[in-house]
Amino acid sequence: MSQADELSTKRGPLVYRQSIFTRVTHWVWAVCLFFLLLSGLQIFNAHPSLYIGQQSGFEFDNAVLEIGAVNTPEGPRGRTTVFGQSFDTTGVLGMSGTAEAPQYVGFPGAVTIPSFRDLATGRVVHFFFGWVLVAALFVWFLASFINGHLRRDIVPKGSDISGLPKDAMDHARLKLHHGRRYSPLQKLSYFAVFFVLFPLIVLTGLTMSPGMDAAWPWLLDLFGGRQTARTIHFGVMVLLVLFFVVHIIMVLLAGPLNELRSMITGWYRTSPGTPTEAGDKP
Amino acid sequence: MSNLILNRRKLLIGSAALGSSLALTGCDQFDFLGQRGNPVRQALEQANVLTYRAQRALIGDQVLAREYAASEIRQGMKPNGSTEPSTPEYMFLKAQNFAPYKLTIKGMVEREVSFSLDELRNMPARSQITRHDCVEGWSCIAKWTGTALGPVLDMAGVKPEARYCVYHCFDNIQKTLSGDVFYYESSDLVDAYHPQTILSYGLNDQVLPVSNGAPVRLRIERALGYKQPKYLHTIELVDDLTPFGRGRGGYWPDNGYDWYGGI
Repeated sequence: MSQADELSTKRGPLVYRQSIFTRVTHWVWAVCLFFLLLSGLQIFNAHPSLYIGQQSGFEFDNAVLEIGAVNTPEGPRGRTTVFGQSFDTTGVLGMSGTAEAPQYVGFPGAVTIPSFRDLATGRVVHFFFGWVLVAALFVWFLASFINGHLRRDIVPKGSDISGLPKDAMDHARLKLHHGRRYSPLQKLSYFAVFFVLFPLIVLTGLTMSPGMDAAWPWLLDLFGGRQTARTIHFGVMVLLVLFFVVHIIMVLLAGPLNELRSMITGWYRTSPGTPTEAGDKP
Repeated sequence: MSNLILNRRKLLIGSAALGSSLALTGCDQFDFLGQRGNPVRQALEQANVLTYRAQRALIGDQVLAREYAASEIRQGMKPNGSTEPSTPEYMFLKAQNFAPYKLTIKGMVEREVSFSLDELRNMPARSQITRHDCVEGWSCIAKWTGTALGPVLDMAGVKPEARYCVYHCFDNIQKTLSGDVFYYESSDLVDAYHPQTILSYGLNDQVLPVSNGAPVRLRIERALGYKQPKYLHTIELVDDLTPFGRGRGGYWPDNGYDWYGGI
């Protein structure tokens, strides 16, 4: 019997996997992160350099990332310097657009909102969706604490840690098991996003606010200064983009229709052999 | 094995789909948000009102911005915006080393008052080493010396109906066909009476240079750089910001930036 026949004849039960709170906040975050990323790159372009410390070194050097354009014998080129290492990034960073109409910007207009230089609008968009993201986080944390989603599915247990090597091997071989609950790797990924990346990006964002620094001066000490916080904010953005890429690849590999259904209706088709429990559908 | 091949195919298709969807964002569908009067933009701007209210509720009116040690002054104060006003009035004052300069407090006050630079320098002085945060993203630490604005306002006697201070400046930040646009800013009375809000005439133990706003620059330390108006000549107490500029309370707010500027 081929695998396809086996799947059609022997399926695991349909389980109710995602609560309404998880589903709604998931899509709210998806929209928020899209707008926050593109407006954030717009804001970054207003001063496309990152520093370590309280202030930006204009008469001393504490920069860890600099994106700009330089004049060379062959004409202007995009130049990105990371930790003192310079790279020619013409066409992507520092200089983009067409040969006839080159744009001298950090990130190209293709990945910013608006597509032209407009810091004011970038800030309007960024702060609106920042508020929405935090509101959705608040709702999700409260609901997930009450309905057990946090304890059951997000916070890793001892068995998740011991099961990690096997789960990592299974993922490497693309043997994806559709269980009732998240696998150890899934748990750890979502735990990292909700307990590390989201709190970090919100708090480093607040550290850039001079008002919040007066209210909560410990923010400056926690992150080692406003400019370090700005650098961490950027770094966490990169990690969240990586998470998004892996997340989409995993959804596509695991069966996009089933995964999408579970995040829209809440119902998820498990792998054959999954024991049926009360409340499942065939 | 067939499972593996199938999944590799899925991976390729998925990667292609992901790549094309990323490329699709390289469009200008959201450029309409840049139109200053657009209703969607105006709705999004309400988040700035929320930020203002939340910060006012969260941050005590007297809570100070962090002050730094002298060792944190590692460079000169970076000049930005106007650095050399070119109006005849300002050029005349500069040529006279600002001797004829007067700072005027007017509007909703019991008595209109004016102070010369010497009179301001003879008032109780405050020095603070603070971090200047530009809206562009950079920061610069410097020592500012001046006299607190609150007691100066009290000398004029702020009327109870006054809600805002409007700060009028000498610098023609923008030259248009219909004449010069002068820099102005405004704040609520919480910021105006904040202990670190000073009329600064000194920078890093020197006389405030022209490029940083001579003779007087206001410091509002819990806000971004564009809320620190340079070349200040008049403070007007008002209950409504709409008659000034394009009605949004400042040169940069008129150009789409948030009025509060605390984030």
